Amino acid sequence: MAYLSKSPWILHYDASSCNGCDIEILACLTPRYDVERFGILNTGNPKHADILVITGGVNEQNRSVIKNLYDQMPNPKVVVGVGVCACTGGVFRECYNIAGGVGEVIPVDVWIPGCSVRPEQIIDGIVKAIGILEQKRTEMERAEAAA
Amino acid sequence: MNTILAAVAFLIVAPVIGGLISGVDRIITARMQGRVGPPVLQPFLDIAKLFEKEKVGVWQAPVVLIFLHLAFMVVTGLIFFGGGDLLLAIFALTLSEVFLILAAYSTRSPYAHVGAGRELIQLMAVEPVIIITAVGFYMVTGSFAASDIFSFAGLPILLLPGVFLSMVCILTFKLRKSPFDLSSSHHAHQELVKGVMTEFSGSTLGMVEIAHLYELVILLGLMYLFFAGNLLLGLVAVVIVYLLEILADNSTSRVRWLPALRAAWVITLVLGGGNIIILSML
Repeated sequence: MAYLSKSPWILHYDASSCNGCDIEILACLTPRYDVERFGILNTGNPKHADILVITGGVNEQNRSVIKNLYDQMPNPKVVVGVGVCACTGGVFRECYNIAGGVGEVIPVDVWIPGCSVRPEQIIDGIVKAIGILEQKRTEMERAEAAA
Repeated sequence: MNTILAAVAFLIVAPVIGGLISGVDRIITARMQGRVGPPVLQPFLDIAKLFEKEKVGVWQAPVVLIFLHLAFMVVTGLIFFGGGDLLLAIFALTLSEVFLILAAYSTRSPYAHVGAGRELIQLMAVEPVIIITAVGFYMVTGSFAASDIFSFAGLPILLLPGVFLSMVCILTFKLRKSPFDLSSSHHAHQELVKGVMTEFSGSTLGMVEIAHLYELVILLGLMYLFFAGNLLLGLVAVVIVYLLEILADNSTSRVRWLPALRAAWVITLVLGGGNIIILSML
């Protein structure tokens, strides 16, 4: 059964965002958008999370942090890059300390470009991510059955 | 025969009731915050999801300890709803909590250790009241057996109002609700969000959640015991107490461990202890 898509828990990590996208993510939890309707919870703990939501570009300080968070999440898991900075580095791309988008460090499943991203776009992206999550779960099950 | 039936019924029905209660809890919490909230069955979906996830534990100790946490929680319920000794049920409940704390201490995460330390403090706050409750029931009904208390003709609350109020206070600790959600919180806006649960994932966390559903039913059963003579009044009282817990959860912020412990012990000593002393003088 596909319970995973009915209860996707999120871990939000601010890589080096300007806080614009972070505020929009929190706006998704407020009464106007209320993503808990779909069972989405903000966990704040990688071991409980199914979706890793990253805002901002990767810098040299948090490269290892992002990798570590990703590794701590149990499979199946998906990564969502929120905002143009998470996608490519955005306006900070040429900065001496910025490595670029989140894709430089870990595999990203959904990109949500925008500066800053609107809550509707974030929800749309998360729904796409849930679809991919479900796909990964069936793949995992198939691999387990084969093994 | 009846007690065995009750025990089996508890084993199956308790998680269902507990899940429905926490589902309604989440909806009421959301409505209090001006949101719509998740479906009623969300707690079941969450637990089912946790069992779908990969097992990532590096070693077995936490899994075994969490299983014992769940097992002793079930044993507590079986003793309590099977009409057994109230004291034995309380000791089994404490043992179950201790296994949760040991499981958190057996991991390497400093967050889990902070949570486990706070869970111990919560245990210190909670235990005196629960023991006083058992003593109070003995003084009123003349028996420690849950079956005797369940079938008691009068209303124990009339003689134990102070103990009841301290139980209401303690319930906030046990349900992990603000202002006493020190060791682990349901909401992600606290300084330590998941505390003791930090290192448990997948099916291990699922077992913790199931144990919590059993615990919820046991605690509300204990609250009901105060109104043992009157089914309707008891149910209404339990619902009101639970609604008050949700209200407190949404209108207060987490307090530090010392004020929490102080509040719990002062209430226990003054209301609970005072109640017992007056009762012994009657």
